[in-house]
Order: sequence, then C-alpha cells, then structure tokens
Amino acid sequence: MDKSKMLRTVTAVAALFVVAEGFAAGGGVALEPANIEPGNISSLQRGARNFMNYCSGCHSAQYVRFNTIGKHLELSEEQLIGSLMFNADKTFETIQASMPAEEAARWYGTAPPDMSLMARAKGADYIYNFLKSFYLAPESPTGVDNTVLAGTSMPHVLWELQGYQKGVFAEHRDGEISTFVFEHFEPATPGSMDAEEFDEFVRDTVNFLAYIAEPIRSERRVIGTWVIIYLLVFFVIAAMLKKQIWKDVK
Amino acid sequence: MARIEAEVGKPQGGIMKWIDDRFPFTETMKLHATEYYASKNFNWWYIFGVLATVVLVIQLATGIFLTMNYKPAAADAFASVEYIMRDVEWGWLIRYMHSTGASFFFIVVYLHMFRAMLYGSYKKPRELIWIIGMMIFFVLMAEGFAGYLLPWGQMSYWGAQVIISLFGAIPGIGEALVEWIRGDYSISDITLNRFFALHVIVLPLALIALVFVHIVALHHVGSNNPDGIEIKEHKGPDGVPLDGVPFHPHHTSKDLVGIIVFLMLFTGVVFFAPEMGGYFLEHANFEPANMTATPEHIAPVWYYTPYYAILRAVPSKLWGFILFGTAVLLPLFLPWLDRCRVRSIRYRGWMYKSALTIFVISFVSLGWLGLQPADGVYVMWARIFSFLYFMFFLLMPYYTSIDKTKPVPDRVT
Repeated sequence: MDKSKMLRTVTAVAALFVVAEGFAAGGGVALEPANIEPGNISSLQRGARNFMNYCSGCHSAQYVRFNTIGKHLELSEEQLIGSLMFNADKTFETIQASMPAEEAARWYGTAPPDMSLMARAKGADYIYNFLKSFYLAPESPTGVDNTVLAGTSMPHVLWELQGYQKGVFAEHRDGEISTFVFEHFEPATPGSMDAEEFDEFVRDTVNFLAYIAEPIRSERRVIGTWVIIYLLVFFVIAAMLKKQIWKDVK
Repeated sequence: MARIEAEVGKPQGGIMKWIDDRFPFTETMKLHATEYYASKNFNWWYIFGVLATVVLVIQLATGIFLTMNYKPAAADAFASVEYIMRDVEWGWLIRYMHSTGASFFFIVVYLHMFRAMLYGSYKKPRELIWIIGMMIFFVLMAEGFAGYLLPWGQMSYWGAQVIISLFGAIPGIGEALVEWIRGDYSISDITLNRFFALHVIVLPLALIALVFVHIVALHHVGSNNPDGIEIKEHKGPDGVPLDGVPFHPHHTSKDLVGIIVFLMLFTGVVFFAPEMGGYFLEHANFEPANMTATPEHIAPVWYYTPYYAILRAVPSKLWGFILFGTAVLLPLFLPWLDRCRVRSIRYRGWMYKSALTIFVISFVSLGWLGLQPADGVYVMWARIFSFLYFMFFLLMPYYTSIDKTKPVPDRVT
C-alpha cells in the first residue's frame, strides 16, 4: 500500500468514527440540533444548576454521584453542598428525586423517568426539542401538550422562563377525515426570558444531561488518543521486525 | 574433552530437559510453531483466524472482570452495568471492550469464513476444519444472543422475547419448548439467570474446546493458501515444503503487524465511538427492561440481521423459522456442494466469481434490510435477496461443475 492510499484509508476510517459518534433518533418530527458543547465547563455548571433547580424535584439521576459531578465540573465540596445538594447529605450520594416515585405514578399516571441515561437513550436533540415544544392544550390535565411527545403527562415546568406558547396546526381534510399537521408556535404569554436566553438555558441543561449519561466521555477520548499513538509506534517497530525476519524469503 | 563437547552439542539441558522428559514442550513447540510450515504467499485475508483468537482472548479476559461486578438478577442487572460504567475503576473500559469485542468477533469471523470461500479452504482434505468452524459460528451466535440479554435493557428484553418466541412456530412442541427455554411464562429473572450461566460457563467452554479442535485439525492437514495448491507436494531434501515458511517466527511476526492494525480499529471504536452510531450498543438498551412497554422498533444486533431479514421475508411463521434455520445451516454443506476441481478463486471461471459476488451483495443487503422496519418495499427486497442467498448454495453443484477453470500452477505464485 503506498503512502497516499494509506493516508486516504486512515482518513476514511477516522471519518467513519466521527459519523458513528453522531446520533439520529426521534420520531416523525424534524429535530432542531441542540448544538451542545460537551467541553464547555461553565455551560455544564449552569446545566447542573438548572437540573437541580427545575428537574430534580421529580426526576432522579440515580446512577450519578455528586462527587463525580464535582470532579468533572470543577466544583469544590462547598460549592456542591451549597448550590446543588438540596436533599442529600454526603457528596458520594446519588441524585434522588424529592417526590416519592409511587405517589408520582399515582398523580401523573406514570412515574417521571430517571434521567441518568436519558440523553443516551433518546439523544440530546430529542430532549432539547422536547423541552422547547410545550404548547397550550386546555383539554389536557396539565393544560399543555407537546409536539415531540404527544400526550406527555409532564407539565410545562419551565413556563416561568419560557412563558406559554400556542401551537399552530394546519388542517388537511380528506373527505370525512381531517388530520392536523404542526406548523409553528406562537407566543401566548411571555416568560422571564426571551427566546434566545431560553434556548441557552435548555442547551445548558441538555449539555448536563448528555454529560451525566456518560461522565467518562471526554476522558476516554484523551486516553484513546494516547492509545492510538502508542499503537502507531508499536506498528512501526513490528513492521521493521517483520521485514527483517522475512528478508530472505523469496 | 569429549564429554564436554557432548554437553555443548546438546540442544538443551537443565530445566528444559527436565520439563521435556516429563511433558512434550519442545516437541509441541516445534510441531505447532517453529517447524509448522505454512505457505509463504499468504495475503491479508489470512489474518482473520489469528484475529478471531485475539478477540476471543479479549472477550474472555474482559468477561471475567465484568462478572466480578455484574449481578445476574432482573432487579439489579441494569444498575450493576451502570455501576461498572461509572463507579468501578476502569469499568467503562472493560465494558466497552467487551461490547465492542462482540461486534468485532462477528466482523472477523464473517471475513474469516469469506476467506475460506475465496480460496476453497473447505475443500478436501479440510472439510472437518470447515465443519468445526461452522460449529464455532453456531456457538458464537448463541453466545452473543445470551450475552445480549444480560444488560437487561429494553432491547435486551424485547430482542430475546422476539427471538425465543420463534421456537413457538414449531408445531406441537413449540409453546412447551419456548417455556422450557425461558423457564417462565415470559422473559424473567429466571431467564436472565440461566442465560448468564450459558453465557459465562457453558458456551465459552464449548467455544474454547471447538477452537482447540479447529486448530488441531488445521495443523494436521496444513493451511491452504491463496493459490489453493498443496505446498506439501514439493518438499526440499530436508523434508521442508519449498513454498512454506515456519509459523514462528515468520507468520507470527507478520500476524503481529496485522494484530496492531486491528487493535487500532478496535480501540478506535472503544475510545471514540463505543455505541458505533447505535449499531454496537443500541440506543433503546440504555432504558431498563420494561415488560409493559414495547419499543416502537425491535431489531436484533447487526450481526444477526441477515438471517432475521430472511425470517421476516416469509409470511408464514413456521416457514420463516424453517428458512431462517436452513439459511444458518446451509454453509455447513459447502465442501460437498462445491464440485469444482479447483480450490482458489484465482483459477475459477466467471460463474463462481459472479455467484460469489451476488452472494456477498445479498448477504450484506439482507443485513441492512434486517435493521429496517418490515414493510412494503423492504420485504420485497428481502425476498429477492433471500432467494439469491439460497440459490447460491442450491445451484452450486451445477454451476461449479460446468464452470471453466484456468490451469493451476505447480508452485505458489
């Protein structure tokens, strides 16, 4: 194999890994990309704050320990205890929901799912779009519905920030049957944030959820780079050894 | 003086002699490594046997460490995997190596089998090597299937549910058989517990034993080569095949280069894309098993999908199951289906070359179709490719006997 061909193969294989890291999930609705920044520590810190303040009342993250978060998000023990641990005493504890799961199941029809792995199961884009897609639906018990997950029993928790929006649907009539296709949202009542601020808020939160789904993610890439470099060196030595041993074979 | 010379001239003494008097160590090393001669013209298709062994070792080593922290119980299994991923030192690496190893095992084994089809390695006198190899493949399929239940995710649960229920299609005993496999009326804690036993004891033992026998049989008749001719027919005055080089150090040094390239790809996945876009670790498997919620789309892991596509291409459950089983078993008969006098594709005619090309296209396409939902145009294509898959084997005695072959050289090229 000549050098340019080898280089092309290596580039192609590397490209394959980059593509394979990507994620394509979700139902029929086209998802807006979340564009999270996994390496942005302050975004992750804001996400942790958002999660603990707005989500952890109902959603646990039962496999995630506070001290792991502290280590990766560069937070001291005091900061962990002071700003994140509302219902935990020790930093090695995991994130538990304040609401008892059995009662939650009775109140909402289904217990709010654990968030430890949600970003790996559904994808960051899915959660990002879901959190932004609540719209007023007076017939629903929570007063809202969601275009990403129709019939969700989750209320619009972030209403104070986003405000309420109306969904605009186009009606398609086919004889007696009419179907409604979602077109866009229209603001109904304003929240404390404008659209851009709210996007950032959700993006940080989703970034944190993606982080807790696989806390080792950034570390494994660093280690992996060294492993590949080691193997490249080893490859050169092994290739020289092979050449030496085979030099007399005609 | 004479006594000292005799001592020096001895090939060995001391501890090696002590061992060799009691165990055939030096003799075995010679027979299987330093004086085991394999053709000097091996190309890179010949790397996959040794790579399969490398993956087997990776799976055994990482598997042992996984069992130290994994809990085979429905209530604990999913959490124990996350415990390994987050709290066990280097647990994430061990787990990713094991999950990536599963997929790489099949990649390597499929390519290893394809090599045999390229160069007629299954033909006389290597029929038994091929049959033992097929048995390894069957055990590997069972091993992968049992292992996939263990993380107890949604896809673990529902994948097992779908595949085990296939046995229900067998008339008369079907339902009883399904219950016997599961040990319960549905997939449950009991099923998980017994699949764990199968995955960590029964099947690995069978795998190791079969791999051992596979290599013994191989070393008895000697390896084939890309020209498909016998190197033993031309020996030098010392009895060494003229076209052979010793397995060690020649082939071992060459294999080492291949192993390193393989490890670069392997660690590339482990460290940079362990989910491999949802093909090696399926997204739905990051949700714990829930017997009350069926995932909207159930697909087995990619390495079973060619056969799964054949199964779904048939409208009848029973006939789907029969064709599925036949598709898995058919390659077993290759040594007798192939009537060509020539082993290697290098000297075969256009008929076998075309047939093999169509077979590869069909197999890969079926693999892709098995991942798609079973409706409309997908099913139609699955039927076409299933037909071609079967025709490759069933028409083989005919097209290989009339195919025009080229003259085979006397010595390897």
